[in-house]
Amino acid sequence: MFSRAYRTAITLPPLLWVTVFLLVPYLLMFCYSFWSVSPSQTILHTWTLDNYRQLLQVDVYWQTLLRSMWIAARVTGFSLLLGYPLAYFLSFYAGKRKDLFYQLVIIPLWVSYLVRAYAWKTILGSDGVLNTLLQYVHLTRHPLEFLLYSPFAVVLTLTHIYTPFTFLPIFAALEHIPRNLVEASHDLGASPAQTFWRVVFPLSIPGVLAGATFAFVLSLGDFLAPQLLGGPSGIMISNIVVSLFGAAYNWPLGAAISFCMLVLVVSLLFVAERLEKKWSFA
Amino acid sequence: MVTSEQTARATSAGVASTSLLEIRNVAKSFGKNVVLRDISLQVAEGEFLTILGESGSGKTTLLRIIAGFETATSGELWMGGERLDVLPPYKRRVNTVFQHYALFPHLTVEQNVGYGLMVEKQTKSEVASRVEQALAQVKMTAHAKAKPSKISGGQQQRVALARALVKRPQLLLLDEPLSALDANLRRQMQVELKSLQREVGISFVFVTHDQEEAMVMSDRIALLRMGGLEQIATPREIYSRPATAYAAQFIGHTNLLQGEVRGGIMRCGSLSWKTNLPDGPYLLSLRPENIHLLGSSLRAGAVRLQGKLQQRAFHGATELLRVECADGLTVSVRAGARTEWQGELEFEFDPADAVPVRASAERI
Repeated sequence: MFSRAYRTAITLPPLLWVTVFLLVPYLLMFCYSFWSVSPSQTILHTWTLDNYRQLLQVDVYWQTLLRSMWIAARVTGFSLLLGYPLAYFLSFYAGKRKDLFYQLVIIPLWVSYLVRAYAWKTILGSDGVLNTLLQYVHLTRHPLEFLLYSPFAVVLTLTHIYTPFTFLPIFAALEHIPRNLVEASHDLGASPAQTFWRVVFPLSIPGVLAGATFAFVLSLGDFLAPQLLGGPSGIMISNIVVSLFGAAYNWPLGAAISFCMLVLVVSLLFVAERLEKKWSFA
Repeated sequence: MVTSEQTARATSAGVASTSLLEIRNVAKSFGKNVVLRDISLQVAEGEFLTILGESGSGKTTLLRIIAGFETATSGELWMGGERLDVLPPYKRRVNTVFQHYALFPHLTVEQNVGYGLMVEKQTKSEVASRVEQALAQVKMTAHAKAKPSKISGGQQQRVALARALVKRPQLLLLDEPLSALDANLRRQMQVELKSLQREVGISFVFVTHDQEEAMVMSDRIALLRMGGLEQIATPREIYSRPATAYAAQFIGHTNLLQGEVRGGIMRCGSLSWKTNLPDGPYLLSLRPENIHLLGSSLRAGAVRLQGKLQQRAFHGATELLRVECADGLTVSVRAGARTEWQGELEFEFDPADAVPVRASAERI
């Protein structure tokens, strides 16, 4: 239908983009992960598995990775718990105000991530909004210290940031459910609760999976929230990677950790996609 | 248009006397838009009632009110001595076959059919045996394990039917269930559906815009127009004694003639005949097949007319002729297809076949 030259012309730029900005850096990172650093702080281009060995043997690395996954899992859980009811309400009960509510959910996405993270800092700090309020109403006598610089703060902030990301695919999935299926279910004697669990929820699973993947993958790799609000106990794996590439000057180890995360994330995406396919019915 | 031939097939036994569903003065409006006005009708036990109307006549809304998906603005529904309209849809002993079937895409055929039994917490063995029986009834046993997307439209239709019937409802509602099927399958399903209805013996309320379908299947037809009930009668009655000009035109093909009675004589243009109708203006419906080519023997009391052949449309067994008579009167005449019609023709009709109808009010 289109000429060969035209097809080449439109496919070449994105192909170049992917090669230069994705494939080459990944390949470079992959190579780095098998190199090492000499005591005189130069990169030795000799192949070794030491970095991966270190990753398994040094507790702080794999423990931080596990903690990051646990934080990401909690963020995913809470985002779903908030995002699903919101999407369900909007899709089924908002009526004419659906568009308005939809915009209200989307608006926070226009605000810089950094601003929102800082906002939580002001809310959760020792002299923050929340502590001041709690002491003012005499619920507490001293500022609650666990609010800021803790995994709690990280989970809270990331949940706030990624809930719209879980909301969107769930909302899209719910919007695609033909309403006559809900009517058919009621018609056959199913109560609203039965209808939800047997018809609406199963048909929204692809959206839930997509939303969960977003929340998990994005928060797993996050480094700003733990940096700003995590404190020593809220450190995540990306913070370690950042310091390895920075002050610690151990690019090979940083690359090895990054590569492990990449494999983890890609396999997760792969599984999620397979599951989504299994649960979608055209 | 082969309606008259098709009505010749045996229609069912007369309407039973006990009424199952009673619709009392139901009206519905969406904002300023009036969709239904003052509908009252009854559905007898075991009856096949068709709600017939064009799009926008309110027929689907009426069905949705019975099912419980819409609430009537005023009026009441009664079923078996109980108010029906106060119950949510899932508590009504009424089941629906939806226009686009509305099969659950994530469930297999047998799970779809079993759905209504499972939610009412029937035992597994009860569900299994009733599903099996329902699938056998609609000849879908072979596809029990298939997903709805893997079977054809006609098969989906049968599954939707089985899914509703397995609940053993007192009343089955069908919302244009055949409209998505192609013509052949559609005709076949009409026959199947009708015989299935006789077999299970429950009342069907069937919505369609297709007058031929209504004639073939129904015990009675309720004709809706612009939200109002135009006529409710058996297909034969509605065809031979249409109550209104709209009913006469919508069901089959007809000639509408303006006439006036004075002193026992009906005058209609240059035609006239004796009548015992009281004096006044009349609108008459005269079916094309009731106008006959003048034979050698003049029938007693027949009215004669002559005119020039304007147009002819071939319909297979018959032909529809447009004939222009004197003083501008144009009539349609149904005649056998084989004759070579030409030029000036003479016809006659029995005055009893010119049925007075009410003018249909313009309601916009």
